[in-house]
Amino acid sequence: MSLTTLTDYPVVAKDVRDNFPAPLIYIGWDDHLMFCAPVCLPLPAETPFGALQAEILGGVYGAHPDFAKIDWNTVTWLKSGQPFSPNQALSLAENGLGHKDVIRFKTPGLKGIGGSRA
Amino acid sequence: MDAQVKKKKLGLKPRYQAMTRGLDWQTSYQDMDKVFPYDKYEGIKIHDWDKWEDPFRLTMDAYWKYQGEKEKKLYAVIDAFAQNSGQLGISDARYVNALKLFIQGVSPLEYCAHRGFAHAGRHFTGVGARVASQMQSIDELRHYQTQAHTISNYNKYFNGMHKSNHWFDRVWYLSVPKSFFEDAMTGGPFEFLIAVSFSFEYVLTNLLFVPFMSGAAHNGDMSTVTFGFSAQSDESRHMTLGIECIKFILEQDPANVAIVQRWIDKWFWRGYRLLSIVAMMQDYMLPKRVMSWKEAWEMYAESNGGALFKDLARYGIRPPKGWEDACEGKDHISHQAWNTFYNYNAAAPFHTWTPNAEEMEWLTEKYPDTFAKYYKPRFEYYGEQHKQGKRFYNTTLPMLCQTCQIPMVFHEPGDPGSICYRETDHQDVKYHFCSDHCKEIFTNEPEKYVQAWLPVHQIYQGNCFPEGTDPTVEGFDPLAAVLDYYEIEVGKDNFDFADSEDRKNFREWKGGVEEEVSP
Repeated sequence: MSLTTLTDYPVVAKDVRDNFPAPLIYIGWDDHLMFCAPVCLPLPAETPFGALQAEILGGVYGAHPDFAKIDWNTVTWLKSGQPFSPNQALSLAENGLGHKDVIRFKTPGLKGIGGSRA
Repeated sequence: MDAQVKKKKLGLKPRYQAMTRGLDWQTSYQDMDKVFPYDKYEGIKIHDWDKWEDPFRLTMDAYWKYQGEKEKKLYAVIDAFAQNSGQLGISDARYVNALKLFIQGVSPLEYCAHRGFAHAGRHFTGVGARVASQMQSIDELRHYQTQAHTISNYNKYFNGMHKSNHWFDRVWYLSVPKSFFEDAMTGGPFEFLIAVSFSFEYVLTNLLFVPFMSGAAHNGDMSTVTFGFSAQSDESRHMTLGIECIKFILEQDPANVAIVQRWIDKWFWRGYRLLSIVAMMQDYMLPKRVMSWKEAWEMYAESNGGALFKDLARYGIRPPKGWEDACEGKDHISHQAWNTFYNYNAAAPFHTWTPNAEEMEWLTEKYPDTFAKYYKPRFEYYGEQHKQGKRFYNTTLPMLCQTCQIPMVFHEPGDPGSICYRETDHQDVKYHFCSDHCKEIFTNEPEKYVQAWLPVHQIYQGNCFPEGTDPTVEGFDPLAAVLDYYEIEVGKDNFDFADSEDRKNFREWKGGVEEEVSP
């Protein structure tokens, strides 16, 4: 154990998958920092990736003036900072997304309010 | 009758020796290591505790007399402030939100410091360190009390202060200061001193106290200025303890250097992240501003800190690893922090607002390279939206850094338009961080930080609803249940200043006169 302690004591990780009703997925929208940070959502593993795009993101990011302008055909995704090509028809789990994975999307041509990346 | 022989009074130094250094003894019924179990386990080697210097040579009787006099003066000012309705003399009611932040997030740290120093004082075998820690422990308790007493006058007239202790243990952003101090208190006594006395009190405390106290003076809050002055003489003693303790530890054994360096790297960065709230207070929450966060950072950190680490180089200590990133952040963190609270003001018991035109100008001037380019457009947009009755509130919970517990709002160094994402795996679970430095703090001691009580995750685990809540009933509103659990009075403690009861009341008390407030 890397911890310097007087005696051993049981270490209980607080955020393992079993402690949540559904796996947590973190989502960020690049160049749109009006939303101050990426968000955290518990999403059932069987949620289709397409539903994330069609039903969930609007509720999260719809207040941004760029959101309605998104051309979803040009959107690209990153998972843990690496290029990621999700299959819209498959579930989050089938797309390889598990508990506490972080994904980001880029919307080409949209650079936030007044081009400020916010 | 013989003339009575007058006892010779001891000089200051021998008197100090008699009243402190004679207080330790070697235990005989029990093994010393059993009585002082925390003295060695961190790996710090002390060969001669008598080399510990006590620069102030303060004894408890002198302490009592001196502090008693100071506090008599402080309470006279507090009384006069209350009797003269001093709260009406402040610049405008937005200022009170700086005090809310102080009583919610800073004063409880004084109490934590009181506990931490009491623990350290109990567990050092060296008597000089023990006396210094005990005295500081009492200082910290006094500071908590005087702050609570000073601010209680405001609590009679303004929202956002009535449950500050309850909030400290529950509300999302207050887990940042809370976890900071609990991290320090759960280290050993030597790490605690490096964390609090050196890294926080010596290196960073001016950045906390000076902005709050000069902010109070500029904004007509004389009672807060007075507790600041009362605490200031203690602070200088605490800072001296910080510098003396690090030099003492480093001189005792060469093997101590590497351990101390790792603590400096960790605690400088943790302290710096904690100060994000001070940065935003300084740049956004003072109607009459003192200096920008950037200017304060340049004065108190860059020039003073630079000289300090030059001085410590002879012990083999280098500047903390996060130093350059912290300096790069001076152009950004206040804006990023304010935007965060603007986003989540529905769940925070103080008010936020968009800066008015004159304030935008000041920010543009103080941050010529960054404000107009990255931050002003979003605040202008917020203002316009608010005017149309669409005040922006972010309704989705944020992703947090596992170490500092701040939402992941900080930028990739060198790229202000991108969020900095870092992650690692530990025992098949992913952990995320806002920076290389928070990640390194985690990877050095993962077992400690996997236990972190992250507010967002706790909400999703169902642990932040009032007892007896049934989240399965139809129409269950989780955010309302969380605010209920926080004991935030919705519509009074939270939301935008423009729509607040504080603003309305203050305007009435002042006969309808008000400074220019946006929108």
